[in-house]
Amino acid sequence: MTTNILPLLPIMIPFFSGIIMLFVGKRPIAHRVIAAISGLLLIFSALWLIIEVYQNGTMVTFLGNWAAPFGISLVIDMAAALLVTTTAIITFFTIIYSFQTIGIERENYYYYVMIMFMITGINGAFSTGDIFNMFVFFEVFLLASYVLITLGGTKIQLQEGFKYIVVNIISSNFFVLGLAYLYSVTGSLNMADISNKLAGFDGSFSIMSLVAVVFLFVFATKAGVFPLYFWLPGSYYAPPMPVLILFGALLTKVGVYAIARTYSLFFMDNTAFTHQMLLFLALITIVMGCIGALSFSDMKKVIIYNIIIAVGIILVGIAMMDESGMLGAMYYLIHDMIIKAALFMLVGFLIYRTGQTNADRLGGLIKEHPVVGWMFFLAALALAGVPPLSGFYGKLFIVQSTFENGQYVAGIIVLASSLVVLYSVVSLFIKAFWGEDMDFTTLRPVKSDKILFASIAMVIVSIAFGLAADVLYPLFEMAAQSFYDPSSYSEYITEVE
Amino acid sequence: MKHTLKKTETEKGQKQMNDVFLQFVSKVVFFIVIMFSFNLFFAGHYTPGGGFVGGLLAASALILLLIAYDKKTLQKMLPIDFRMVLTVGLLFAAGIPTLSFLFGTPFFTHQHTYIEVPVFGEIALHSAVLFDIGVFLTVAATSLFIIVLVGEAEN
Repeated sequence: MTTNILPLLPIMIPFFSGIIMLFVGKRPIAHRVIAAISGLLLIFSALWLIIEVYQNGTMVTFLGNWAAPFGISLVIDMAAALLVTTTAIITFFTIIYSFQTIGIERENYYYYVMIMFMITGINGAFSTGDIFNMFVFFEVFLLASYVLITLGGTKIQLQEGFKYIVVNIISSNFFVLGLAYLYSVTGSLNMADISNKLAGFDGSFSIMSLVAVVFLFVFATKAGVFPLYFWLPGSYYAPPMPVLILFGALLTKVGVYAIARTYSLFFMDNTAFTHQMLLFLALITIVMGCIGALSFSDMKKVIIYNIIIAVGIILVGIAMMDESGMLGAMYYLIHDMIIKAALFMLVGFLIYRTGQTNADRLGGLIKEHPVVGWMFFLAALALAGVPPLSGFYGKLFIVQSTFENGQYVAGIIVLASSLVVLYSVVSLFIKAFWGEDMDFTTLRPVKSDKILFASIAMVIVSIAFGLAADVLYPLFEMAAQSFYDPSSYSEYITEVE
Repeated sequence: MKHTLKKTETEKGQKQMNDVFLQFVSKVVFFIVIMFSFNLFFAGHYTPGGGFVGGLLAASALILLLIAYDKKTLQKMLPIDFRMVLTVGLLFAAGIPTLSFLFGTPFFTHQHTYIEVPVFGEIALHSAVLFDIGVFLTVAATSLFIIVLVGEAEN
């Protein structure tokens, strides 16, 4: 019984809470309560999922009771469970953060409903076992994100929102194209089934390299990989802070997850081409992200370019596709979701308090906000990967894997990028919190207890994740295994047959 | 939309547009289109059709009225809040598959039975119809919503 309900809870809870909010109508306070409660429920159900998956292995449910290659299946392995949990935690705190930042007009126009529908799509994309359903859930969260990016209708939002919509519609078209190629080659859309069929096939695989390129084009556009990250800095800059937190922490990571899933299950025969291409693009992504992060003193822009760097680093781990590489990629993926949310929240607090986005115009804020200052410092260290904090483990495993595979250049670029990340974020800290005092009378008297609660809670989650990395190691080992050993992911289908 | 047309016409000093043909024809065609949409809706289990197409067609029937008359007339004919229709539709579409948990079966597993009805004989009762009603309402209300909102934005 539970095996039937539980994998669906991360999809159904936000969906039903969105429907309930639509019934309630334009009553923002009720929306806040419902959204916060469903955020909490999401966290509990996701934690329950982790426990269940840890004890009994991958959970599978077949929609409509149609057995696997024919029906649609939801497959939650440890990687999906961990990602769903992280999504739930970030969603809950972002909702709390929104109470005092998003503004009553946007709350009136179904802001929380759209967040909930977007979470439905994101959780669905993480937990589905069917590649076509992954496309459907991509569309679900993209549609909600189109609304979120333009909600409010300021000039920059409409301008960047249009760019965002055009880019994403084009890449979604190519997603369908890639699916059609894949279906005509393999005759199946179930990811585990495709993986099994390809493993048992001993003819020419050259067409699969073409499919790999189409899929990489699609997911690289969503994830912000070179050369398709051009839309990301502009579009993510436009929406208000809470929306940016969700976009920055979650949306690009869905693309990264999709790359990991498809490249581990479908494209394992010609890794000399596919995975080398991925590695090459990942390294250029890191370099481009570093250049961007160094060239701005605008706080939002610096953190946005740090997203691009992080995507590159995770993809290096995925391109290695061995045990330590995937372990590092999983650690870094979870770490990066949490720490990006925390950093965006802290930067958002500074922007709301001072009304400035440029760090050059700030200074001496440590006297006004000592706690925020030191939290920002801790978050900066965690982002760069200073040892006891969470970024360290991911990078350690990724660099270890690159050196084991003889990709010394990749390892050195990943290590060097840590310095750039540290420099870019700590220079924000120094500019904003140290230095000459800015005019404190220009500070805005904003209510900030909930903003601070959410931001500090996210930093604490990040620190706790870093300190508990050793305890969580078995979970991440399980998560990594379903990538570097795809047969462990797709074995449920043989049980069915 | 019609409303705007009329206003701009009168501003230019022209006479009111004569659309008696459109109004008369749409009165008749509306029923044909809406009946065909119901037909498609009920056809859609073993044959082409279903909630999505049916909903689109129902919406297009209402949009025909919207073009022939105006928004006020449509609201007088159908005093319904489209947002509520949309929400009820979503509730059906999401709630019915979830109810299958009560039978201990996976999500989206439908139940069906055959019953004897005096006049029609044996007919099938299927819970998928309820799900499809949800799809129908959602699609119809959403497309109407979009057209009405875009039409309003022209003002």
